[in-house]
Amino acid sequence: MSGLRSFVARRLLLGVAQTVAVVLLVFALTEALPGDAAVALAGDQPDPARIAAIREAMQLDRPAYERLADWAAGLLHGDFGTSLASGRPVSQYIADGFGPTLLLAALTVVLLVPLGFGLGVLAAQHAGRLIDRLVSSVTLAVYAVPEFALGVLLVSVLALQLGWLPPTAVGYGTDLLAHPAALVLPVLVLLSRPVCSLARLVRAGMVDALAAPYAVHARRYGITGARVRYAHALTNALAPAAQQLARTVDWLLCGVIVVEALFVIPGLGTVLLNAVAERDVPVVQGLAVVFGVLTVVLNLGADLVAHRFAPRAGVAA
Amino acid sequence: MHDERFPGLRRRGFLAATGAASLGALALTGCGSSDGPAASEGDGKPKRGGRLRAAFAGGGASETLDPHLANLFVDAARAKALFDKLADYGPDLAAEPRLATKWEANKTLDRWQVTLREATFHDGKPVTAADVLYSYRRIADPKQAFRAKASLEPIDLDASRATGERRIEFVLKRPTAEFPNVLAAFGAYIVPENASDFDKKPIGSGPFRFVSFTPGRSAVVRRYDDYWEGAPYLDELEFVIANEESARVNALLGGQVEYAHELNPTTARAHENQGQIEIVRLRNSAMQAFVMKTDRPPFDDKRVRQAFFLIADRKELVDGALSGAGEVGNDLFGKGYEYYADGLPQREQDLDQARTLLKQAGAENLKVTLDTSAVAAGFTEAASIFRDQAKKAGVTIEVKMGSKDSYWSDILDSGTLACYRSGAMPIEAHISQRLLTDSTTNATKWQYKDFDALYQQAQSTRDKTERAAVYERMQRRLYTEGGFLVWGFADWILGTARKVKGVERDAPANTLDWARFDKVWIA
Repeated sequence: MSGLRSFVARRLLLGVAQTVAVVLLVFALTEALPGDAAVALAGDQPDPARIAAIREAMQLDRPAYERLADWAAGLLHGDFGTSLASGRPVSQYIADGFGPTLLLAALTVVLLVPLGFGLGVLAAQHAGRLIDRLVSSVTLAVYAVPEFALGVLLVSVLALQLGWLPPTAVGYGTDLLAHPAALVLPVLVLLSRPVCSLARLVRAGMVDALAAPYAVHARRYGITGARVRYAHALTNALAPAAQQLARTVDWLLCGVIVVEALFVIPGLGTVLLNAVAERDVPVVQGLAVVFGVLTVVLNLGADLVAHRFAPRAGVAA
Repeated sequence: MHDERFPGLRRRGFLAATGAASLGALALTGCGSSDGPAASEGDGKPKRGGRLRAAFAGGGASETLDPHLANLFVDAARAKALFDKLADYGPDLAAEPRLATKWEANKTLDRWQVTLREATFHDGKPVTAADVLYSYRRIADPKQAFRAKASLEPIDLDASRATGERRIEFVLKRPTAEFPNVLAAFGAYIVPENASDFDKKPIGSGPFRFVSFTPGRSAVVRRYDDYWEGAPYLDELEFVIANEESARVNALLGGQVEYAHELNPTTARAHENQGQIEIVRLRNSAMQAFVMKTDRPPFDDKRVRQAFFLIADRKELVDGALSGAGEVGNDLFGKGYEYYADGLPQREQDLDQARTLLKQAGAENLKVTLDTSAVAAGFTEAASIFRDQAKKAGVTIEVKMGSKDSYWSDILDSGTLACYRSGAMPIEAHISQRLLTDSTTNATKWQYKDFDALYQQAQSTRDKTERAAVYERMQRRLYTEGGFLVWGFADWILGTARKVKGVERDAPANTLDWARFDKVWIA
């Protein structure tokens, strides 16, 4: 067990380094973008004197490394700094955006796991037969449709033509739970591709395992087909599925810009998009920290799950 | 002529003896808007009550209700609901009195007496001269960078003073015949004295009072019963934010909002007269142009500029880049606005003449870079269409895509040719902001002392006909050899639910009746 502990420690350390690297990179890239927050704010009134005044008010006339150092010093005290564009605390930006994002992600995952595993197991059970082929071709087809296209299609059919569901979540703000109908379409769109990739992974893992000598051996010993399938073959598929799931959750939590824009859900993706357009460096950096930490933690979790179910695969830090 | 447009106007004051034509812009006593918007004819009798949700593109979590920070359309629409200006622009961009009832200039046009109407803020306190001076001084604060600061520049705020509870004497740095335009400037809202925090509970004198605000999501306002112009018909109004055009349309079609701002021409065409929603086209809202830098080759030779005027097939540009939702331009800003020189012949494509001019200028086989960006609808399309048109005249145009977040600043000083657009403003403001030697955003680098002198002459001319003649001279010069190749004027397109009535159609974006919800009702 001490091996596992040192593995976790090493991974966490590496994660911190990765997050710092991401933040530095994001800072450098945002600085490298043409224009700064003052220019973005001045918009179509690029009066040089006005831009200079805004720059001074935002303290953008200070050297970049000084601003970065100040921000980093604040972060060590848990202070994410304040937005250049509004002067409001960055932590408030993140907290406000996190609610809708977390809600969407949670709903999606809650539905994704049974659906993805269920379809994968179903297909593997009937490998090579009609049901398998049906599931496989449908998942492949749906997977090929980009979220935006699927979203537009679902909105125009289910919301505008049939009028069953509201087309957007406009005006509901953070109180999305009070309007569950508005969540159906976004969750459907978010589910579409992850369900397909998860189902295909589960199916592939199980089919591999069922064809493996150990499964044949188990059957020869008279172990029931169901037990072979669920206790042996399915666990084999779990390791890659867990990693895929971690990537999906990461993707869901780091702001799904397309879905947020299409359905007007003010989550983290929207916050990021606006912050980049406004060159609001502190907000972009705050989000980079949050996204970096999330990615590190989720991947670590997935590796631990993989380690538990498929120890022989080994996990390299 | 002014009076025909605003039948409620009465002439009064010291100018009464100087002749009819000069009166309009100088001394107005207003109740011009009390007759109701003309477009609502046929909409039936206004009905009180109800709630309207209006979807706009927004600025995300950085949005504020500080009216002096207004920058986006949604900022302006919200500011208009909560606050008032002393004056605002009519459909022809002439200033109409709002909180001011009357303005009178001295002989030299550098001192103006402004009288306020009896209006109250939402907390019941009267709007006074002190509030006006506080608001203007806040905007002009050298430590701040409020957008309207440049517009208020003519006012010497240290010398200006209250001469009564509702009377102010504005002292100007120089004669300014168009001073009412300053009072109507974008963002020049009147706030209560000492107000500085607008996100908690902003208090204004506008038709609606504050209820709630979540930046980037929603702002709710309620009818202010004591509004000086009469209480709005709506009980409540909610501004919601949807940045994607498709989301605004979908929300409108799905009944989640009753008003959607800024729709695409293709959307408008798909839904116009289909019975589901109403499409409102606000004409003459956005000038579409190419700017040529007149201080550097090749455009420092006026024959090259003239050749470019003749290269443009304006109809094709309007049809292609604006999907037909607009009108052709004639290389002048402000079609349909007060003082617009509409007597000049419409310029048409003439490739032979263009070639000849280029040859005379020694600019055969000319190569030019055209800066564009996805910053505004139709920009990239206009650039490629113009590239193809120029090819026919032997000019090679290389289209260069720029960052949309810094585009306006990038093209101000660098490059030679760029896509450009402008919202509505008085022609005088367009000139002072963009075409004088010391203009802050002079993208064509049009810097001529004699042109500056003409502007000063216009601003010192009391008689309106004479002033119009000076503007005409200036525009004639710009038409002949200016740096703005104005190829079109885009419609601003709104969508409303069918039960929404009283939405003014003759109101270019940024004018008084645009995004004005106190005259709207739900049938």
